[in-house]
Amino acid sequence: MESIIIVLVGILTSVAIYLLLSKNLIRIILGTAILSHAVHLLILTMGGLKSGTVPLLGENAERYIDALPQALILTAIVISFAVTAFILVLAYRVYQEYGTDRMDELRGSNDEQ
Amino acid sequence: MSNSLVFFMVIPIVVGIILIFFRESPKLQSWASIGVVTALFGLGLYLLQEVRTQGILRLDFGGWEPPFGILFVADTFSLLLILTTLLVTIICLLYVALSPRDRMINYYFYPLVLFLNAGIIGSYLTGDIFNLFVCFEVMLLSSYVLITLGGNRIQLREAMKYVTINIVSSWFFLVGIAFLYGSVGTLNMAHIAQRVAESGSDPLLTVVSIVFLTVFSLKAGLLLYVWLPGSYSSTPTVTSALFGALLTKVGVYALFRVFTLIFNEGTLLPTFIAIMAGLTLIGGSLGAVAYTDIRKIAAYNVVIAVGFMLAGLSIGNTLAIEGTIFYILHDMFAKALLFLLIGTMIFLTNKVHIHEMSGLLKNYPTLGWTFFIVVLSLAGIPPFSGFMGKLLVIEGALENGSYVLLALAIASSLAVLYSLLRIFSQCFWGETIISAEEQRPLPVMRLLPLVVLAGITLALGLGVEVVAPYVQAAASLLDPSTYINAVLGGT
Repeated sequence: MESIIIVLVGILTSVAIYLLLSKNLIRIILGTAILSHAVHLLILTMGGLKSGTVPLLGENAERYIDALPQALILTAIVISFAVTAFILVLAYRVYQEYGTDRMDELRGSNDEQ
Repeated sequence: MSNSLVFFMVIPIVVGIILIFFRESPKLQSWASIGVVTALFGLGLYLLQEVRTQGILRLDFGGWEPPFGILFVADTFSLLLILTTLLVTIICLLYVALSPRDRMINYYFYPLVLFLNAGIIGSYLTGDIFNLFVCFEVMLLSSYVLITLGGNRIQLREAMKYVTINIVSSWFFLVGIAFLYGSVGTLNMAHIAQRVAESGSDPLLTVVSIVFLTVFSLKAGLLLYVWLPGSYSSTPTVTSALFGALLTKVGVYALFRVFTLIFNEGTLLPTFIAIMAGLTLIGGSLGAVAYTDIRKIAAYNVVIAVGFMLAGLSIGNTLAIEGTIFYILHDMFAKALLFLLIGTMIFLTNKVHIHEMSGLLKNYPTLGWTFFIVVLSLAGIPPFSGFMGKLLVIEGALENGSYVLLALAIASSLAVLYSLLRIFSQCFWGETIISAEEQRPLPVMRLLPLVVLAGITLALGLGVEVVAPYVQAAASLLDPSTYINAVLGGT
């Protein structure tokens, strides 16, 4: 099970990197979103899959799963949500100001103030 | 007593949230935030004494004893950095409060600076590696907003690059944490250090350490600094002063913490860091010498400083670490001063290239001499604060036989001196091109924070004896067992 998920993480990461390397702003932002999904899956897998049941079922529970990765992912999801919201607004403002959504047209030169 | 550690993070956030509701009263916002930061500075001084007498302070949130739960750990190194951060923030806020009203103040500037401080200080205090990530994000999100504030077109463009590169580096951070948790099964930094030491040289852990090196190098601007000059030179004066003084230092701190505490064995990593630091010194020096835009020159000076600090870490003996800690403290003040001066020059002349300015010393003598002080201080000339740090690092390099780094460090100091003297001679000396009638007035109040900062760099240089015991205590970084015992050795 873990190996399949790891392969999935790899696929997601390569998709994300492909998107990140493109020149379109929206594609880059989508790339960062997929990138964060990939790492969330990775963290979940690191805690071990299918080895237990619901965490925190009292002190005498025989089987339980590590609850920490889930807590970590929850935090990371909130953060990536905030960052994605911000970068979308930023991309919109850049588009308004420059009239382009292509990164190669946003290079800038040395002579401007 | 150690409960008061939480104030460093909670108070800026709570006050920041309250200030959001007082958007229409900039006076209240400015003085409230300056008051808060000053109060925290006082608390920091008190805690520094406490740490000196009682050893490392620790706060376990919710009473969960380590290695469970999140905790704050305050040792001398983090407290020194916190104090410097707070002092630089006070002065930058004074600079904004005392100058004519700026439009960006209305867009939640003060709350954002408080959030930024909360994130920076949280990163210095935390003893949990995931919490370090969270504090980094608190800091970065505030910096994302700050970098876009100011209504300049170029800022938006540079912000896009800055945000993207930071998202990617945060992703690497999470990957590193995931693999670290998968292999050692804990997040408490002291506990990780113990487990890593027990496991010997597991190849997986070496990979994880390289991932962390990449992450923190991106944040600190060590070798991977390409994003830095553009974004630091596009923002308004006070934002670039805050960024240049504070943000890269958090990355440097993280590198110090992780590579002295957790991944401190073997020779692979110090060599890696040494090569990266050397290349950073070369690249930064070339940039600082090549550009004629004064903001770019200042930004490349940040890169050189980062290279110098990490050269100190890679040399890694007591002398070099002490010197580097001195240098970090000095650099925070000096870089804030440099960026404020550069911003003031641009404000006064509306020009950014060194050929377009001349003879400013006649128009604004105090500004000119303050600039001269910062040049001397950054180049490491006694009696200013840069001297002690450079001297100790150089002694450390000699003791260790790292002659290549030694040569690069000295050459980079010359590049700093040359790049800044070029600004001084081109812009301040020469024929005065602005006549007395045309010159834009420079209010005393706007100059005051600059003079105070120049005074601090002189005082830090002359008062080395006062600071030295704390810096020596902070250099106990090299002995991770102190930290580990303080965290894991019972209550």
